Amino acid sequence: MDTPVIELSGVKKSFGPVDVLKGVDLKAYAGKVTALVGDNGAGKSTLIKGLSGVQPYDEGVVKFNGEVVNIHDPRQAGAIGIEVVYQDLALCENLDIVQNMFLGREEISQLTLNESEMELQATKALQSLSVRTVKSVRQKVSSLSGGQRQTVAIARSVLRNAKLVILDEPTAALGVAQTEQVLNLVRRLADSGVAVIIISHNLVDVFKVCDDIAVLYLGRMVAQIETKNTNQADVVGYITGTKNYDGAN
Amino acid sequence: MSNLTPTAIGSGHEGNLRDQVKAYFSRVKNGEMGALPAIGAMIVLSLLFGSLSPFFFTKLNIANLFVQTAELTTLAVALVFVILLAEIDLSAGVAAGVAMDIFYLCLKAGLPWIAGVFVALIFGALVGLVLGWFVAKIGVPSFVVTLAFFLGFQGVALILLGDGGLFRVEVPEIKAIMNENLPPVVGWGLLVLMLVISLSIGLWDRARRAKLDLAVRPLSILLTRTALLGLLGGFIVFFLNQNRSAAFKPIAGVPIVIPIVVGLIFLGTFVLDRTRFGRHLYAVGGNPEAARRAGIKVGMIRISAFVICSMLAVVSGLFHVSRIGVVEAAAGRSIVLSGVAAAVVGGVSLFGGRGRLVHAAIGAMVISMIDNGLGLLGLSAGISFVVTGSVLALAATIDALSRKRSGGSLTRS
Repeated sequence: MDTPVIELSGVKKSFGPVDVLKGVDLKAYAGKVTALVGDNGAGKSTLIKGLSGVQPYDEGVVKFNGEVVNIHDPRQAGAIGIEVVYQDLALCENLDIVQNMFLGREEISQLTLNESEMELQATKALQSLSVRTVKSVRQKVSSLSGGQRQTVAIARSVLRNAKLVILDEPTAALGVAQTEQVLNLVRRLADSGVAVIIISHNLVDVFKVCDDIAVLYLGRMVAQIETKNTNQADVVGYITGTKNYDGAN
Repeated sequence: MSNLTPTAIGSGHEGNLRDQVKAYFSRVKNGEMGALPAIGAMIVLSLLFGSLSPFFFTKLNIANLFVQTAELTTLAVALVFVILLAEIDLSAGVAAGVAMDIFYLCLKAGLPWIAGVFVALIFGALVGLVLGWFVAKIGVPSFVVTLAFFLGFQGVALILLGDGGLFRVEVPEIKAIMNENLPPVVGWGLLVLMLVISLSIGLWDRARRAKLDLAVRPLSILLTRTALLGLLGGFIVFFLNQNRSAAFKPIAGVPIVIPIVVGLIFLGTFVLDRTRFGRHLYAVGGNPEAARRAGIKVGMIRISAFVICSMLAVVSGLFHVSRIGVVEAAAGRSIVLSGVAAAVVGGVSLFGGRGRLVHAAIGAMVISMIDNGLGLLGLSAGISFVVTGSVLALAATIDALSRKRSGGSLTRS
């Protein structure tokens, strides 16, 4: 198999006496959706915060496209091509879609905002994900539904040429139809050559869209399996610790 | 908005005049009312006062109304910068008062008036810097820190000027701002200049969009808007160019302060709408956490907003001194609340992130009209306060309700 976009080996993190990550390995490949599942307190958030540079790991090797990198702050994570879409999305409701997608990295010409260029690029990014649910890129985010907001947040990572997009519970607050839309969007995002990691509690969604499933249990990666080689009952077993993964089964 | 091609993502610029008008009304319906309630109030108030008092629509009164509003408008515009961040600056009025005391002391020390203005503006910038630092870096709520400054500066003014002092400021250039008028032809010239600038910016934006093959709004919208602006401006200039004096010596022309205030609003709006700083200011006002994650230096934006607010407040203080011709220790104590009221009445949201400078100007006009009209009717100052307070409460209610309607939460973030 080709080089993973991101490869973690032996990653450790502790907060005082509490070891949250006890030597975790994880691989995510371009064009694939990898699910990161595990019960509350398994260490999912800590693992992601290390990748996004919010809370760097204590120990372990992080390879990005085969090269060892040391991610120590969010700006740098963004610069090498890692984008995280948090559950609360971090959008400004009083701004429109274009303004949100370019927030913090506005295009400037003649000392003023180059609105037309930004609008063009934002529209292209949405089109590249075949987004059909958004009527106008100049709509205020306050007028968008939960699914549309998720779409904007994901499209923003496309605009930033992300190589790895991490989605934190992207469907947690959505209804059935919108969940479907967002999952399709995630699929298209991966198909465009991006490595996607999804944190999710919803195994139905995970089995619908993910290529690989990585299971964290109490700070250890107890399984990383291809979705087609497993089933929901087994994964629930790994998550709750009632079943041990014994290689290919 | 046209829905003929449902798969394409629009930009709101598509469709003919009718679609655009329809889209505008649907935005209004969704709670983006902007200054519409204030404009409505302005019309109702002028009809009311006009029918009750024969003096309301006299040329002299209308001209006075414009001049008196200049101070309040400038202060309200200043406050918009901090209100957009869901902050408040209660000290703006007295800070301007102290700045004017310093201005007076500079004149007394023999400095030229222009140096005195410069020193006063620097003082304003420093006040803003300190306020912003307390809010952004220490995390003191702006309500508390500016209240502390509001009290403290009243003391400073008393210390600087001594008890009960009223001191004349004899600078013809300063006095001219509020008391002299432009020659009629200059008034027309400035109006034409304003229309040309406004139209060229509109055409320039269209050209930029067209170059990238983006949809553009029908030209008729831009032309109609410019024509309306020209009509309104033309009416005001024509009106002010008439002789409004009841005495022998004629008074005619646009008061000098009006183009200054219009220029300030234009410049401020340009900064807010078309620069990175302005965009970031709105972003911090809308969702500080999102702004921070987007790499915006939230603290710097907050401090800058307070600096701009305090400096513009000093300009408003200068207008005040120009009008009454004296500095006094009690200056600026009550006007700041009218300034906040003006901004909110005009449609600037106290929840942050929504509102424009021109809204504050319209709100200031409403507040001044109430003051002026009730005064003409011979009603007491007490009634004026009660009415202004009620209007503010009404405006804040509209703000909260429209925010609810447009899907935002009612809590400050």
